[in-house]
Amino acid sequence: MVLTGVTVFASFIELGDWNIVLALTIASIKATLVVLFFMHLYYSSKLTKVTMIAAVFFLFLLLALSMTDYLTRGWLTNPGR
Amino acid sequence: MATAVQTTVETDNYLNNGYGLKSWLLTKDHKRIAILYLISITAMFFVGGFFAMLIRLELLTPAGDLVSSDTYNKLFTMHGISMIFFFLIPSVPAVLGNFLIPLMIGAKDLAFPRLNLASWYIYMIGAIFALVSMISGGVDTGWTFYTPFSTTYSNTHVIGAALGIFIAGFASIFTGLNFIVTIHRMRAPGMTWTRLPLFCWSNYAASIIMVLGTPVVAITILLVALERLFHIGVFNPALGGDPLLFQHLFWFYSHPAVYIMILPGMGVISEIVTCFSRKRVFGYEFVALASIAIAVLGFLVWAHHMFVAGISVYAALVFSLLSYLVAIPSAVKVFNWTATLYKGSIRYDTPMLYAFGFIGLFTVGGLTGVFLASLGVDVHVTDTYFVVAHFHYVMVGGMVLAYMAGLHFWWPKITGRMYPEGWAKLSALLVFVGFNLTFFPQFILGYMGMPRRYHAYPPEFQVLNVLSTAGSSVLAVGYVLPMIYFLWSLRYGKPAGPNPWNAVGLEWMTPSPPPTHNFDETPVVTWEAYDYEHQPEEEVRVGH
Amino acid sequence: MATSDIEIAEHSLQHHFADMDQQKDASTFGMWLFLVTEIMFFGGLFCAYLVYRATYYQAFVAGSQTMNIWLGATNTAVLICSSLSMALGVRCAQIGKTKMMVVLLLITIVFGFGFLGIKGVEYHEHWINHQFPGPNFQFEGAEAGGVNPQNVQIYFSLYWAMTGLHALHMIIGIGLVTWIVIAGARGAYSPDYYSPVENVGLYWHFVDLVWIYLFPLLYLISKKHGG
Repeated sequence: MVLTGVTVFASFIELGDWNIVLALTIASIKATLVVLFFMHLYYSSKLTKVTMIAAVFFLFLLLALSMTDYLTRGWLTNPGR
Repeated sequence: MATAVQTTVETDNYLNNGYGLKSWLLTKDHKRIAILYLISITAMFFVGGFFAMLIRLELLTPAGDLVSSDTYNKLFTMHGISMIFFFLIPSVPAVLGNFLIPLMIGAKDLAFPRLNLASWYIYMIGAIFALVSMISGGVDTGWTFYTPFSTTYSNTHVIGAALGIFIAGFASIFTGLNFIVTIHRMRAPGMTWTRLPLFCWSNYAASIIMVLGTPVVAITILLVALERLFHIGVFNPALGGDPLLFQHLFWFYSHPAVYIMILPGMGVISEIVTCFSRKRVFGYEFVALASIAIAVLGFLVWAHHMFVAGISVYAALVFSLLSYLVAIPSAVKVFNWTATLYKGSIRYDTPMLYAFGFIGLFTVGGLTGVFLASLGVDVHVTDTYFVVAHFHYVMVGGMVLAYMAGLHFWWPKITGRMYPEGWAKLSALLVFVGFNLTFFPQFILGYMGMPRRYHAYPPEFQVLNVLSTAGSSVLAVGYVLPMIYFLWSLRYGKPAGPNPWNAVGLEWMTPSPPPTHNFDETPVVTWEAYDYEHQPEEEVRVGH
Repeated sequence: MATSDIEIAEHSLQHHFADMDQQKDASTFGMWLFLVTEIMFFGGLFCAYLVYRATYYQAFVAGSQTMNIWLGATNTAVLICSSLSMALGVRCAQIGKTKMMVVLLLITIVFGFGFLGIKGVEYHEHWINHQFPGPNFQFEGAEAGGVNPQNVQIYFSLYWAMTGLHALHMIIGIGLVTWIVIAGARGAYSPDYYSPVENVGLYWHFVDLVWIYLFPLLYLISKKHGG
């Protein structure tokens, strides 16, 4: 566990030119490890696992469906035509 | 074959287990907390009703002569806030759900009794914040708090009201959390998911929404307050913000919120329809799953409140399609209730009258919702009285009727007394007639173009408005009468036995009122839900 | 005060639960559900962030240039270490090593204060540079970078709101851990009853999780940064 913390932390020092996708991927890996092992989700009941998955899913819904608006606003250049 | 559970002494119940204010204000008994909620939300209902009365009085005449337009803005805002956040959202869950869920599943209490009490105190603090803002000048932003008016330009007590709602939201979250854990972890032996009363399924689905949705509106309202305080520009277009972002975040909760309101009501109707037709609910699994489907699909449709607000038309398309989908599980429920009635042995007691009213009025309201899901129709009738009529049909014709149905159905269990049936039937009739007279004209008004949230209107709309106001006075009588006779029944009502309706369910196997600890011994459930075929007709349930 | 483990557990069993197992299950599930609400609570802010970052990318780049990457990274490390000490502390509670548990929880608190201290330093920097949104907001170099300072202000609004809300949760977390330390030092927990420790641990890890996402989103936006 200690190794995990140190290694992942070390990767940040070199994160100079990397873009957001990679940064978020690393963040997600760290997050998954924290949730699974520090928070014992790996050892928890199915109910708890489903609950967490549901939470992430609904957050995703909030972000994704809102973005359907923002990403498509520019598509129609001449409304009514 | 259902067996009854006996208790020690008939008079030893949760009501007389300790007198004095402290025993009530520091109680951990879910039944007492339900009563505390009953008192508070009834008070808020009448606060909201008071504002409604002023609105309808203003709308008697086309000119804006009773109040100024600013005051009128405050009236409909405060009507909306009190009714939605402080009456409808808590109503069935906090009163009936709190009281009944542990009884229905065979538990001694909810999973977290102290959290339950805390939730009531939090609700009260929120209500006080809201009431103080109302009394010290009111809020005029509409219950929807659209920006940038609410964040920048309104001169009223937005922050106070917003904080009140923010705080009350936590009461809702804690109630929902409590219900989910209780239903998962505290069912009696033999009470499997497929034997669970549909009332529990509905409250469970509503609790999922409470837990997932309320935090989003909480943070949104917090941002509004911060923006008002610090003049940051998150929602203000003059500073680069997007008012539509507020609307997205607000409606992400507020649309599922309407399902928080209606799902528990549907649960009540399921219980009543089955008992008063003496028949199992048709398609139990479908009704249970429909509750979950409504909860999930309800999260996918929020932008149908924003069709004309400026969202991209492609997003509008997506949300319109999804909004059609969410009607399906509700329709499934209506069909199943109707099928339950078919060839049932129907009794027309007051709870059943309200249930009939619900089925009809909710169907009308729900269908008009489908009209609104259509982009073309919505552009024509949005922000008119058509929308006002639609949501009052589902929320009042649906939800309030369900709440009244539930109150009447379980009143003998809660208080040990029967209400006077004659007066109750009269009130139900008055509510039904008054409601339709109030709100049906509004469909026509909206279609003809009368906009909502305006205190003046063109003279050709007056006749329908007068009809509507007349209806509202009938409706008001229908609401005041139960207040009177319920209170009367506490002292003079006929004492009710454990099961005056001969219903099936664990809550009917305890004395009325139940003892504090609910069950002497944890019941073991060996029968299916709504086992009316094996339910004997005689009222007395003895034995162990 | 030598109370046996079983006695501790029995004393803590609440009357409406059938047994300790049910109580533990219920209380842990309750805490997970609460964390679900917290995910959605922060989620609203993440949604706002996503929308504005997509719309005002350059302004967000400019804003994040002013963040001190090293302080942010240090804070990330501090939090991960605090999560580690917290997890080890819960493990000690599980096996009954109370003294070790108290020590580890105290270490967690120290890390927590460390985080808040570093954050305070950062806040001070931003404050004296007029980077707090409101009428006093100023952002130099905006015109040179070709960005609208108003949009940068939105970045900062989100920065202060998100990190501020996170810091508030940290403070609450430190309070909760302090409570557990005091109760634990008095012998309230045992291998049969340690769910409060575990639940506070869950909360603490969650607060760490939020920061794990906040750091790249707020600090690591652009490709080139002065550090």
